[in-house]
Amino acid sequence: MSWTTVADLLGLVALLAGAFLCFAAGVGLVRFPDLLTRMHAGTKPQVLGVLLVLIGVWLRTRSGMDGLVLLLVGIFQLLTIPAGAHMVGRAGFRTGQVRPADIHPGRRERTGAGEAEPGR
Amino acid sequence: MNLETVEAVLSWAIGALIALSALLVLVRVTIGPSVLDRVVASDTLVSVVVCALGAHIALTGSVSTMPLLVSLSLVGFLGSVAVARFVARDRDPEPPR
Repeated sequence: MSWTTVADLLGLVALLAGAFLCFAAGVGLVRFPDLLTRMHAGTKPQVLGVLLVLIGVWLRTRSGMDGLVLLLVGIFQLLTIPAGAHMVGRAGFRTGQVRPADIHPGRRERTGAGEAEPGR
Repeated sequence: MNLETVEAVLSWAIGALIALSALLVLVRVTIGPSVLDRVVASDTLVSVVVCALGAHIALTGSVSTMPLLVSLSLVGFLGSVAVARFVARDRDPEPPR
C-alpha cells in the first residue's frame, strides 16, 4: 500500500464527509421551522462541506497549480458566504421574520412573548 | 474486497448523498413560505453544486471544470445579497407576526 493509495482513500473519505454534510443541510432545510434555524442548517455545506470537498479534490489530484486554485476557491467561499448570510439575516430581522425574543431570550420575560416590536 | 470495489462504492455513496441533498434543498426552494427562506435554500444549492463539481473533478480526474468552481464561489452570494436588499426596502410599517 503506497502513499498515493493512502492519499486517494483519504480524499474519498473527505469527499464522503462533505457529501454527508450536504445531505444533513438538506434534511435540516426541510425539517427546521424557522428562518434562523434554516440558515444555521444551510451554513454547514457552505463552509465545512465545501472545504472538506476541496481537501478531497486536492488529495486526489495532488498537483501544485490545482492546489493553488482550490485554495483560492476556499478563500472566496469564506469571504463571500458571511456577507450574503449577513444581508439575509438583516433583511429577515427588518421584515419581522425574526422575533427579537428569538435573539435575546431574556427579552421574552420583560416585554411578553409575541409582542410586536418593529426592527430597527 | 479489493481497492476498486471500495472506490466504486464510495463514489456511488458520494453521488447519491449529493443528489439527495440537492433534491431536499429544491423542496425547500419550492415550498419556502417566505422569500428569504427560498434565498437561503438557493444559496445552499450553490454550495451543493460546488460540492458536486468538486466531486466530479476528484472522481474523474479531469480539471476542466475548475474555472467553473472559482466563478461559482465568487459570484454565488450576489443573488442572495440583491434579493435581501429588495426585501428590506419594501417592508411593512407593522410587520405581521
